[in-house]
Amino acid sequence: MAVQKLPLAKAINESLRTALDTDPKVLIMGEDVGKLGGVFRVTDGLQKDFGEERVIDTPLAESGIVGTAIGLALRGYRPVVEIQFDGFVFPAYDQIVTQLAKMHARSLGKIKMPVVIRIPYGGGIGAVEHHSESPEALFAHVAGLKIVSPSNSSDAYWMMQQAIQSDDPVIFFEPKRRYWDKSEVDTEAIPGPLHKARVVREGADLTLAAYGPMVKVCVEAAAAAAEEGKSVEVVDLRSMSPIDFDTIQTSVEKTRHLVVVHEAPVFYGSGAEIAARITERCFYHLEAPVLRVGGFHAPYPPARLEEEYLPGLDRVLDAVDRSLAY
Amino acid sequence: MTVESTAARKPRRSSTKRVSAKKPQRSEPELVQLLTPEGERIEHPDYSIDLTPDELLGLYRDMVLTRRFDAEATALQRQGELGLWASLLGQEAAQIGSGRALRDDDYVFPTYREHGVAWCRGVDPTNLLGMFRGVNHGGWDPNTNNFHLYTIVIGSQTLHATGYAMGVAKDGADSAVVAYFGDGASSQGDVAESFTFSAVYNAPVVFFCQNNQWAISEPTERQTRVPLYQRAQGFGFPGVRVDGNDVLACLAVTRDALERARRGEGPTLVEAFTYRMGAHTTSDDPTKYRADEEREAWEAKDPILRLRTYLEKQGFADAAFFDGLEAESESLGKRVREAVRAMPDPDQMAIFENVYADGHALVDEERAQFAAYQASFAEEGK
Repeated sequence: MAVQKLPLAKAINESLRTALDTDPKVLIMGEDVGKLGGVFRVTDGLQKDFGEERVIDTPLAESGIVGTAIGLALRGYRPVVEIQFDGFVFPAYDQIVTQLAKMHARSLGKIKMPVVIRIPYGGGIGAVEHHSESPEALFAHVAGLKIVSPSNSSDAYWMMQQAIQSDDPVIFFEPKRRYWDKSEVDTEAIPGPLHKARVVREGADLTLAAYGPMVKVCVEAAAAAAEEGKSVEVVDLRSMSPIDFDTIQTSVEKTRHLVVVHEAPVFYGSGAEIAARITERCFYHLEAPVLRVGGFHAPYPPARLEEEYLPGLDRVLDAVDRSLAY
Repeated sequence: MTVESTAARKPRRSSTKRVSAKKPQRSEPELVQLLTPEGERIEHPDYSIDLTPDELLGLYRDMVLTRRFDAEATALQRQGELGLWASLLGQEAAQIGSGRALRDDDYVFPTYREHGVAWCRGVDPTNLLGMFRGVNHGGWDPNTNNFHLYTIVIGSQTLHATGYAMGVAKDGADSAVVAYFGDGASSQGDVAESFTFSAVYNAPVVFFCQNNQWAISEPTERQTRVPLYQRAQGFGFPGVRVDGNDVLACLAVTRDALERARRGEGPTLVEAFTYRMGAHTTSDDPTKYRADEEREAWEAKDPILRLRTYLEKQGFADAAFFDGLEAESESLGKRVREAVRAMPDPDQMAIFENVYADGHALVDEERAQFAAYQASFAEEGK
C-alpha cells in the first residue's frame, strides 16, 4: 500500500528501511540503535532485519561515531548516524565542522561525504537538561553542511530518502515532539526538491515562516488569526541550509509582513539570517520590520518552564499583531 | 584528590593489594631494534627481517631522498616560497620503514609530517607543497595512492582510519589501514575513541605513533605517565615500542602488525621511539624549550648514518652508489624547487568550487555576486 497514515518517527523508520533495502552501502550507526531500536524507536526492527553489520550499535562516543562514519564514507559506504539527543552532539562538533564539512572542498572534489546525521531536537516533551535544544544555527553557519528538518510524516520519509542519496553531508533535525504525530505518507509519490520550501497555508496579510516542530504551531496560529479576520500564510522552510529565500520572497511580496518562528534562541538564529536577506530582497514591499519569535538568550530552562520558553500560539499571535499594527 | 588523601586511604587496603600498587619501574622499556646506532645488525627474538642488498639500498635511497626533499622544502620556506614547512628531519626511518611495509591496497591516514610515507606511496613530493605554499589544502587525489590528505587538527584522522578499516572488514578484504599520529595526539579524545572503536569492532588498523619526544614545546612527560605503547593494553590489543631510528626494525614491526590486521586479529599500536631533530615547523624556535645536548645525543642515533655504516661494512654499496645517490638528490631538489616556483596561484573563483558535491543555492548566489563585483573593475578599466 503506497499511502499510509504514519507517525513521523515511523515514517523515518520506513524510509531507513527502504534505504537499507535498496542500497547495500547504507549503514545505520549510533548508540542503542540496534536491539533497542533507538531511545525513540526510530530504528526499531532494523537490526533484526538487516543484521549487526549494517545496523550498528556503537560505543558511547559521539566524536567516534561521526569520525568512523567519515572513514566508512571514504571506503564507499553511506552511513546514517544517530546522535541520541540534540545536546549530545557537541563531542562530535569538531568532526562535523572540521572534517566532515570540509572534506569535499579540501580534496578539490575528489572525496564525497554522503553521511547523514540524524538529531532528534527541540523541546516540548518535559525532558531533563540537554535533551531539548535546537542547535541548528550552529551547523548552518558552516559551509559544506546541509541542514534540513521535516515537519510532517511525508516530508520525514522523503527528505530522509533524499538526504541519504545526497553526496553531501546532511544534518537531519528530527522534531522529537512531533514523532508521534500521524499524517499521510505516499511511498510512491514523486517528491519535490529537498531544499525547497512549501506554502502549507495560503494567506494575504502576513507570512509566518517556520520549520520542524514550529510549523504546526504556526498553522494553528494562522487558524486562530483567521477567526479575527487576519489572513496569514504559513511557509514550511524544510531546509535551513540552503534556505529557499525565493519562496519566502514571493510570499512576502504578497503579504508585506514576515514573522519567523523557531525554537532556537533568536540571537544569531536562522530568523536573523532570514530577516536580513528578506529585508534586502523586499525592502520596498515590507510594511513592517521582519519580526522573530523564538527562544531567549538563556540556557534551555527546566521542563516546568519550557512552555514559557518555547514559542507557543499566543507568542506567535502577539508577533502577528505587532507586525500588522506597525 | 590530593596525594595526602590518597595515602591516608591506603591502610584500608589489604596487604596483597598494597604490594600490587607498588610504583612502576622508572627505567625505560626495551625497544625492538635490529640495527644499532653503530650500524651493527642484531637479532630480536620476536621480530626478524631478511632483506636483499638491493632492498637495503632501496631503503637507504628512500631515506636520503626524503631528507633531501625535506631540506629543500625548509629552504623554500626560508626563501619565502612556502608559508610554512613541517620538517620530518630525524624521522626518516620511522616513516620509510613503516611506509615500505605497506601493500598497494592498504590505506594510509597521515598527519601533516608524513612526507616519507607519502614518498613510499608514490605521491609526487611536489604535490605535498601546495598546501604549505597556500595554493590548495592538499593537491593529490587520496584514492590514487591510497594516501589520505594531510590532517592538521591533531588526532582526528585516527577515527577516519578506524572507520575505513571497519569498511575494509565489512567488504571482506584483507587490506590493512595505518593511522599515523604523534606523542601529542595521544592525549586527544579522538585517539582514545579510535582505540575503543577499533578494538570492539576488531578493525584491521595499525596505529603508528611517532613519539618524537616533543609536541611543539611540550615533552612527552606532559602527555603521559606510562610509555605510550602500553596504552594499547588497556584497550585490549597489543602495543610495541620500536626504535624509530632503525628502518629495519620499523619495517619488521609494521609488517608484523599489518599481518595481524590482515589475519583478522585487529588493531596494533606501534610506538616508534624517535626524535624531531628540527623545529616543530619553520615558525617554531626549539632553543626556547630544549637543550642542545639532547639533540646532540639523538644525532648519534641518526637513522641514515647507521644504515650507511652497515651497508659499507657489508660491502653492499660502493662509492659509485653514494655518488649516484648524491646526484639524484640534487636533481630531486632542483625539480622540487622549480615545481614550487612554477606553481600558479589558484583562480579567485576557486573559493566557490567544491564547497558542495551537489551544489548549494547560497554558494551559487555569492559566486555570481563576487564575479559581478570583480567584473565591475574590468568595466571601470575600459
